[in-house]
Amino acid sequence: MALAKVRSIALEGLRGEIVDIEVDISDGLPGYILLGLPDSALLESKERVRSALQNSGATWPNKRVTVSLSPAWLHKGGSGFDLPIAVALLVAQGVLPEESANRMIIMGELSLDGSVRPVRGVLPSLISALNQGFEEAIVPLGNLVESTSLNSLKTIPVSHLREVIAFLVNGEVPDVQLPLIETKEAVLPDLSEVVGQAAAKFALELTAIGGHHILLIGPPGTGKTMLAERLPSILPSLSNEEALEVAAIHSVAGIFDPRTLRNGTPPYLAPHHTTTATAMVGGGSQVIKPGACSIAHGGVLFIDEAPECASGVLDSLRQPLESGSVSISRARGTVTYPANFLLVLAANPCPCGGFNGRGRACTCSSLQIRRYMQKLSGPLLDRIDIKSIVEAPSRAEMASTEEGESSKEVRRRVLLAREMARERFKFESWSLNSKIPANQLRHRYKANRQGMSFLHAELDHERLSARGFHKVLRLAWSVADRNGVHVPGLSEVETAYRLREGVTIQ
Amino acid sequence: MGTRARQVGVDGETLVASYLQDQGAEIIARNWRIKEGEIDIVARLQRTLLFVEVKSRSSSAFGHPLEAIDKAKAHRLQRLALAWIALHDQWGADYRIDAAAVNFQNGLKPTIDYRCGVL
Repeated sequence: MALAKVRSIALEGLRGEIVDIEVDISDGLPGYILLGLPDSALLESKERVRSALQNSGATWPNKRVTVSLSPAWLHKGGSGFDLPIAVALLVAQGVLPEESANRMIIMGELSLDGSVRPVRGVLPSLISALNQGFEEAIVPLGNLVESTSLNSLKTIPVSHLREVIAFLVNGEVPDVQLPLIETKEAVLPDLSEVVGQAAAKFALELTAIGGHHILLIGPPGTGKTMLAERLPSILPSLSNEEALEVAAIHSVAGIFDPRTLRNGTPPYLAPHHTTTATAMVGGGSQVIKPGACSIAHGGVLFIDEAPECASGVLDSLRQPLESGSVSISRARGTVTYPANFLLVLAANPCPCGGFNGRGRACTCSSLQIRRYMQKLSGPLLDRIDIKSIVEAPSRAEMASTEEGESSKEVRRRVLLAREMARERFKFESWSLNSKIPANQLRHRYKANRQGMSFLHAELDHERLSARGFHKVLRLAWSVADRNGVHVPGLSEVETAYRLREGVTIQ
Repeated sequence: MGTRARQVGVDGETLVASYLQDQGAEIIARNWRIKEGEIDIVARLQRTLLFVEVKSRSSSAFGHPLEAIDKAKAHRLQRLALAWIALHDQWGADYRIDAAAVNFQNGLKPTIDYRCGVL
């Protein structure tokens, strides 16, 4: 038979499209035509497939070979189509039976000697395959760990083209050794290691409870980074579906870690302040790859020295902060990645870092200080619910031998508080306090009478904007959940008010 | 081109010519040459003119013989065919460009891989 069809998957973001790979071998001058909007890596597949076939004991047809990847309008790229093209060529030459190759998804890159190499994005591809009714897939051995996370899909891990042939001809499943999975739990840094900083730790706890974005302001060396690094240790674990989504993004980004799926630890990402907007939100001309804000999906995105970021980089986060996802448009199409993260910004109080109202002298002019803080744009700061001042620990705190509260204890409180919120929002479309819509805050989710009158008084004195009003209320709900109070009262509202304004509380 | 290689080429063309005759074709010209190049065999099969390029090899070490026909060579064949038609006033005739690979392996019977209408 001179015509063959096998199936693989092309990814657009996390969405996989089934691609039919048709091969036609006809008389004519020896040649190879690849149709279906291939990128350059895919065009190079000819040479890889040819050598791999010859070095696996199969033959390359010295005829006119036409390979068509359909749907034809979809841009296809990468090396993952090598293996399905090779299989299709063998089916077309009658070496492999068509019916066995036809009902499964095949992906993998070929090296010249015929061995199969791992590719990116296997996990989201297989999720799509599963959703579209496929039950079997041939994947590179190097991607086995990703693929076994889907129990309902039968995956055949292969390391060489010969194994693929043996499997398709007589169902011989290659004998593989499961790659060693790192079983040691990653030890997360613990909150008890941070000396003092009761106020900042309190703010961090509220961040974890209500999903509030936070800005940490403090002089260098006071522990802003330490605090941010410890936020994942007090966050609830990801649910199975969330972990699968996070792992799928990481698979596309090429940083898949099996521990994400097993432990459900929320990701933590701290891009440097010189990061470009493209690296932050994602992009690329060939394959549109997820950026930092998608890699941090479900976890924490920490940006140290935030005012030093190039203009536009921080503001590029506004769309994902608003919608929980990011759409990237390029010439070849638009791709959407989830980007629901907790934003933690850290800043010095001034360019020299010394401005803190007490002790160390600051050498900056007031104009310099103002300019420095102005780099954090208004619209961005609007999305930050908590401003926390991190002060240098006092002598007494440093001298104390008493261990601070551990992450485990804080996390227990966070989980209890989240449980309260979940119960309250059981019939709503959101589950976090930071997501309560503004109109609901004025009706269903008000504070008690004293709390509301405090806020109204602040409004009257023009010390609070309408937006600030809503944000204080949302935060007040998180404070109430933490304290086990069913409706925020005056004390919760006042606490929230001070946290938003960046006033230290003790 | 060495004498041996040339002899292989001539032998190949002769083989293909007799193969065509076996198929019922009439050989019109062998090695028809103008300034632009050469057509190995011009033949007529029923009402169709055949312009045949013959590639002969005595070993398979250099890949398939027909792989030697690249884009430029293919274009030249096309032009040569039209030139033959023009010079012989055969406008409107059906024509076809074929390619044949002849493989002379040491001591084995030579094989012909004949491909119709390759352009």
